[in-house]
Amino acid sequence: MYKYNDFDHAFVRTRVAEFRDQVDRRLSGSLTEEEFKPLRLKNGLYLQLHAYMLRVAVPYGTLNSRQMRQLAMIAEKWDKGYGHFTTRQNIQYNWPKLKDVPDILDALADVSMHAIQTSGNCIRNVTADHFAGAARDEIEDARITAELLRQWSTDHPEFQYLPRKFKIAVTGSPNDRAVTRAHDIGLRAIKDSEGSAGYEVLIGGGLGRTPMIGKVVRGFLPKEDLLPYIEAILRVYNLSGRRDNKYKARIKILVHETGIEELRAEIEKEFLTRKAEFPGINPELLQAIEQDFAAPIFNKLSVDNHVARVAHDKEFREWVKNNVARHKIPEYAIVTVSLKPVGGTPGDATAEQMRVMADLAETYTHDELRVSHEQNIVLPHVPKAYLPKVYDELKKAGLATPNLGLLSDIIACPGMDYCSLATARSIPIAQDIAKRFDHLQLERDIGALKIKISGCINACGHHHVGHIGILGLDKAGVENYQITLGGNATEDAHIGSRVGPGFSAEELVPALERLLKSYLQLRESPEETFYKCYNRLGMDPFKEALYPHLKPKQIKRDRA
Amino acid sequence: MSKIVRDYGFDRNILTVEDFISLATLRQGVEKPVRLDLGNDENPDGLQPYFCWLEMIRIPFPDFNDGRGFSLAKRLRQLGYEGVLRASGYLIADQYRMARLSGFDEIEIDDLLAARQPEWLWQSQVIKKKLSYQDRLLKTG
Repeated sequence: MYKYNDFDHAFVRTRVAEFRDQVDRRLSGSLTEEEFKPLRLKNGLYLQLHAYMLRVAVPYGTLNSRQMRQLAMIAEKWDKGYGHFTTRQNIQYNWPKLKDVPDILDALADVSMHAIQTSGNCIRNVTADHFAGAARDEIEDARITAELLRQWSTDHPEFQYLPRKFKIAVTGSPNDRAVTRAHDIGLRAIKDSEGSAGYEVLIGGGLGRTPMIGKVVRGFLPKEDLLPYIEAILRVYNLSGRRDNKYKARIKILVHETGIEELRAEIEKEFLTRKAEFPGINPELLQAIEQDFAAPIFNKLSVDNHVARVAHDKEFREWVKNNVARHKIPEYAIVTVSLKPVGGTPGDATAEQMRVMADLAETYTHDELRVSHEQNIVLPHVPKAYLPKVYDELKKAGLATPNLGLLSDIIACPGMDYCSLATARSIPIAQDIAKRFDHLQLERDIGALKIKISGCINACGHHHVGHIGILGLDKAGVENYQITLGGNATEDAHIGSRVGPGFSAEELVPALERLLKSYLQLRESPEETFYKCYNRLGMDPFKEALYPHLKPKQIKRDRA
Repeated sequence: MSKIVRDYGFDRNILTVEDFISLATLRQGVEKPVRLDLGNDENPDGLQPYFCWLEMIRIPFPDFNDGRGFSLAKRLRQLGYEGVLRASGYLIADQYRMARLSGFDEIEIDDLLAARQPEWLWQSQVIKKKLSYQDRLLKTG
């Protein structure tokens, strides 16, 4: 993985010193609160409901064991002993004190980490496929591009005061695990007809209160044109994006209001000007990045003990089936550590659990960990021979819940328990759903299912792209949960459709129970997932299940 | 009154509104070197033939959160403008580096801001220009 050079080290240290100074100047009055706000946000510091929140960047979700241990140390020393992994592959601390923040940033710098541009109206932490470098279907490791973009976007002088935040995601595989179609810019590594490497470039995707699927702005962009082209997109957006209304300021609105054709013409024009004087990327620097992401030396150990354990241990077998994915090397596997125990907070890990994962990474898996946007931790290169040991250790630490991709592997935003924007609780809803279906013992039978919960219309919980999306709103002081069905976050990204009136917190879980029990009745076979079944049958039978008091006629009329 | 921030420190601003012309006036033609007030929502396309007549282009920052001026400056430089580029209005010292790296030569600020954010603070930003990922990424020579 990427190793900081002298420049990176000097940069993050200078940045910490700068922020220390900015905090002092805020306290002395040299900076107004309004002026200080974007500066603290660019260093990851939010003001939340009860306290400050520090969002630490985990670029493209990649960590080593030393970094993970430092995150554990920070959780214990300056927070309440845990951290929260987010849908943007970052980690958040919910309870730091303002005066401690410069020290926390220094502790991060000690292990080549920072909180730069994890918030504010700038280019945010670049995200990438959490299986990069390990996936079988990969064209190339997306993290090479993501690291290049991290460097290019860090403190970019032209793009620190954009109309709104700007998120870039990269995938190196045709199977999109990075939700590139729901980002301001999505990059998909492809090859043209002659075999040259490049990208398909998407713009204008995003969730939030106006969900939109990204549109292709350039079908094939040669690799060497990446930076000038991205700069052209950003420049056109910075000059033309709306600044009159915060809720219409994202590039998706510019795409929507201008039209992709016209915007493409503007971007291409800007690109030609930029390209004419673009000297190209320093080849040594690019090589150094590529070398840092070279695959580890894989040891092809015998898989016999793994095969034997699968044969005789049912629980292990269940975990392997759900939480272990195919690796590009047949003797290896990709393990996803579930941070979604039944009744827990999705994405939370205690300092102790972080250390367990760090130890496992160091001992068995080439010292690498990943944070996935689904709020789990990935051990990307595990020899199958070690799977039984890894499983046993995870199980002891409460980290072996075999629920990946199943009902209780829920994405949930922090909601009203932490967030000042939230209009409803999100985490307790996720917990209630997981507990109820655990009690019913239906999760395994229901199979693959993505439930995503947001506690307000800003949609941090990605509810628009959940097979079942849940949006918590406030209706005259009472929480009300709307259900959307049929969303999809993959390469076939799709925004789900709202079914009907919302449910109270108490009505919601029984409604989901009716919905999923009817799915079990309606499906053609256990192989037909909820998502497939919904696409075959459409909304009506599911609407009937959710609203049993409605007559079929009424359902048809509502749909019209 | 206002001050001009430059790399070496503050200067008193000696230019007034009469020293600048608008884009519309410029497009009617000029006979001597002039200074242009270019709105941050105005398009500089087609300005190249006038560049040799322009001593200075001044771009306003109505609010420090409005970053359009940075991109406009960069676009002008890429189009080949080599005269003085001045930012004017509400920029804070922490943005000096960004302004310089985006192509501005100087910033015009009012005396109130200059009192709150004194000369040394702006000058402390000058050295940070060197710590640039963007410059480092590019091929040199």
